[in-house]
Amino acid sequence: MSGFISTTPAQRDAMLSRIGVSTIDQLFEDLPSEHYRPDLDLPAGLSELETWQLLRKLSETNFDLERHPSFLGAGAYRHFVPAAIGHLISRGEFLTSYTPYQPEVSQGTLQAVYEWQSIVCALTGMDISNASVYDAGTGTGEAARMACALTRRRRVLVLDTVNPRYREVLATYASGPDIDVETVSAFTAWPDGTLGRVTDFSSKIDDSVACMIIQQPNFLGWMEQVEGLSEALASVGAILVVIADPVSLGVIRPPGAYGAGIVVGEGKWTGGPVDFGGPLVGMFACRKDFVRQMPGRIVGSTIDGDGRKGYVLTLATREQHIRREKATSNICTAEALIALATTIYFCHLGPVGLREVAEQSIQKAHYLASRISQLPGYTVQSTVPWLYEFPVHCPKPASHVNEALLRAGIIGGYDLGLEDPRLAHSLLLCCTEVTPRSDIDRLVDVLGSL
Amino acid sequence: MTTTEHTESAVHAGAPLRPASGHSIFAGRQEGIPVVFEKSVKGRRAGKLPALDVPTVDLDEIIPAGERRQELPLPELSELDVVRHFTRLSKRNYSIESEFYPLGSCTMKYNPKIDENVAALPGFRNLHPLQPASTVQGALQVIHDIQRQLAEITGLPGVSTQPVAGAHGELTGILMVRAAHLKQGRMRRKVLIPDSAHGTNPATAAMAGYESITIGHDRITGELDFEDFKSKLDDDCAAIMITLPNTLGLFERRIEEICRLAHEVGCFVYCDGANLNALVGQIRPGDLGVDLLHVNLHKTFAVPHGGGGPGGGAICVAAALEPFLPAPLVVQAPDGSFAYDADRPDSIGRVHSYQGNFNAILRSYAYILQLGKEGLGDLGANAVLNANYMRALLADDFSFYVDRICMHEFVLDGRPFKEFGVRTLDIAKRLIDHGYHPPTIYFPLIAPEAIMIEPTETESKETMDAFANALIAVAHEARTTPSVVQNAPHMTPVGRLDEVRAARQPDLRWQAPVS
Amino acid sequence: MSNPTDCRYTREHEWVRKDGDTYVVGITHYAQDSLGDVVFVELPEVGASISEGASFGVVESVKAASDLYAPLSGEIVEVNERLRDEPDLVNHHPYDAGWMLRVRGSAGASLDGLMDADAYAVYLETVH
Repeated sequence: MSGFISTTPAQRDAMLSRIGVSTIDQLFEDLPSEHYRPDLDLPAGLSELETWQLLRKLSETNFDLERHPSFLGAGAYRHFVPAAIGHLISRGEFLTSYTPYQPEVSQGTLQAVYEWQSIVCALTGMDISNASVYDAGTGTGEAARMACALTRRRRVLVLDTVNPRYREVLATYASGPDIDVETVSAFTAWPDGTLGRVTDFSSKIDDSVACMIIQQPNFLGWMEQVEGLSEALASVGAILVVIADPVSLGVIRPPGAYGAGIVVGEGKWTGGPVDFGGPLVGMFACRKDFVRQMPGRIVGSTIDGDGRKGYVLTLATREQHIRREKATSNICTAEALIALATTIYFCHLGPVGLREVAEQSIQKAHYLASRISQLPGYTVQSTVPWLYEFPVHCPKPASHVNEALLRAGIIGGYDLGLEDPRLAHSLLLCCTEVTPRSDIDRLVDVLGSL
Repeated sequence: MTTTEHTESAVHAGAPLRPASGHSIFAGRQEGIPVVFEKSVKGRRAGKLPALDVPTVDLDEIIPAGERRQELPLPELSELDVVRHFTRLSKRNYSIESEFYPLGSCTMKYNPKIDENVAALPGFRNLHPLQPASTVQGALQVIHDIQRQLAEITGLPGVSTQPVAGAHGELTGILMVRAAHLKQGRMRRKVLIPDSAHGTNPATAAMAGYESITIGHDRITGELDFEDFKSKLDDDCAAIMITLPNTLGLFERRIEEICRLAHEVGCFVYCDGANLNALVGQIRPGDLGVDLLHVNLHKTFAVPHGGGGPGGGAICVAAALEPFLPAPLVVQAPDGSFAYDADRPDSIGRVHSYQGNFNAILRSYAYILQLGKEGLGDLGANAVLNANYMRALLADDFSFYVDRICMHEFVLDGRPFKEFGVRTLDIAKRLIDHGYHPPTIYFPLIAPEAIMIEPTETESKETMDAFANALIAVAHEARTTPSVVQNAPHMTPVGRLDEVRAARQPDLRWQAPVS
Repeated sequence: MSNPTDCRYTREHEWVRKDGDTYVVGITHYAQDSLGDVVFVELPEVGASISEGASFGVVESVKAASDLYAPLSGEIVEVNERLRDEPDLVNHHPYDAGWMLRVRGSAGASLDGLMDADAYAVYLETVH
């Protein structure tokens, strides 16, 4: 028997005899015999020691970002994770518990989710949050479906300054229910390498629109012009969906303050390492009157028979196990452990700590931009307010620049030419509080030498 | 007319609230833990950042005044406050590391600790998802290799680990079905789903734009009603979604015939892999004619459930469906290196922001490497052995919804306890007092008062003996002192919670008291 | 609880009562009793039209959601706004304060195909 099975041969025989059969094969007589017990083309099992050695070695072939300067953001950001978080979420009681279907033995998880919901609402300025969705990408897809259900329309506008990956997931989610997704241009690329922001979308907004999806700050790191947008949408009965970055919410006003109906955000980077992009955790919040159309699990506070406060999964009639084909979504899990890490992160940082993380990220990125703007041949392409990420027009194609940086041991920025041929010379660079000045100066030196 | 709300708190005289045998997980009722916001003390903080090492610009020059945030209502705590708060919360949880979790359909097996260490390796954790492929060869190899392993285990050669949950894998699969039919030039409208299915199946079909058609089941065999299936199958059916073994824990003996008939009218066979644990190493769904299957990595391949995610929902498909897999796909180049293949014109597109739940994939990869060929065979065999043993232990005291040899799980019938005024919910709650998480209850929906038990292969005979004794003791209490059962649990921090109040007056977030 | 004799009944357990030139619609005692504590009632907007036999809304308990089916075709002239905050009226007073819709019947709308109280009582026996 392999390592994780505790039944001894003698016990197995006793169990078979209790069942009333003499071999395990007799338990499988319902299976077609010609396919029973296939000869799997897989190697023999490894010991724990071999597994550890093999995978540690494999991990060391990767370019660990703790050991190399990196300016790559483009939706995935490295922030410092206080040690307490890893220790707390590794506790077996959190790590190895199931979805809290039995509230009396799951008050820990349930209260933690309630606290997550409270923090998401506090950050975003929204009324209601769910227990989380898979990630911001699928959250964008769910938000579009939700807006269509609320408005009984099937046309969705999404700005082309929204993270291209989220737009790709949105397109996949929209294909099933035949939602018509229209990408709206929110920036212009001039031949001289400068970029401009588009702020007037009035020609696109009419009463066939269910929602408009924007990202704040957007994929280029810029602040979108949000003033008046929700009002313009509301005047035709449409909803403003905002994809928010939680760190930025330490310093910029929350989407609830400018009329968002649904807010989505990626919560992974505030509480966990980048993890090669998964698992993530999607924040998903909305206005109070939208709650019946919200996807996902929701935890509520209530009392027991003696008036003692406790927490339960609630408003479950929206969900697949009750409503089946009429459910708001098929989602039946959250990313609870990652949401817990993020909850602890915001409790650990508090308002002052979060503001510091945002401000330091902003200051470092603006320092990098000011240095680069002095390099001949390079142009910082942000001319509107921006936070900690910005595109730079390079004298060579961005892909060449990245290759040269890699040769110098630096993970460069994101090659925007991958998304838009007009931006083949544009490199999207990002700093956070973990980027040391020495890395920034080194990047500038290497760029200057190309 | 008046409704009678159940508020009885009196307990049957003389019946012990704390069971004499067995063990309790909790010591009984406890004071509530304040919401973390209530612990906040203005001006308190945990940790600090290093001093800023670059010249600064006034933030007002960067962010327009109207866009600046005024107040940020997060709690203000010390690190000790934070650690104590969440440690205390954790102690109000039941977990697989302390106790047995017999949840049917959930496969709550032991998650080996080495997998945690592997998942914590800095060379895996500190990787940006958009790093050049040349800098993440080890990570790409993990994804590539587990796709190969899953293909071999399921007999379905096309695999993507991008979906991050079972329901997400289902959606991916049914969108692929849709894309395949569209490619052939005709959109079909229906998806057949047995009445024993998980609710995710019809919800998924609806998300992909299909109408669900329900197929009944045979009350005697517990299998899909074959005649009903045949009468509803036609060339407007895009797929049949079938769970194997089904949710009664029974193998569908006519599965090959079902696949053959479906294929004759161009209908795909989607297998919900929720119950794959029974089949691993015993049979490959692909060999039976199944076209698509999702794998719940967190169930079958031991990713800790984290109180409700993250998991993994890899999708495995027959060769004909490979072109429709989510993009990009991790592939191996002729020179042995690993790369992303994004040039997949028939792909349904992306279903996740990046490459799925990589950190969960790592755990499953380490698990499969350790089991190897022989261990995978032992996995399914012992899952089925344990379920049948548990079933035999309970046979004298309980009746079964379908009485035959089961696969990895089985369903008890809770109806006989109704005559004592005891329902399945009561039995479940009383089991908690005996130290056990209840089995899955009221599912599948076709089995009234269902109690669904799945021991998994990692539990020992001793654990199963003790659990069976506890369940039998509860059955005895139900017959002799029903009020103890009806008012359970007694030994938990809170009693049964008022779910009607929670739904009628939703309190879904903490709000500062109005001063 | 006996079912009022001034109502007609559907097989899906809705009742309808003629009140002047409009009709009032709700769910029966049996329906609310089998559903348990009602936590939410989703109703259409005033001015919407409903058609006989088609779903017009949903009534929810904690663990169940049931579709509501129109007993006749017509236009909605009023919905019971109190149910928004007091869904338990459906449990406590299914035939009066727990009403759901007031409908102006479309031309030719008729209750003839529905059961009277006696027939509904017999029908309930077969349902049990």
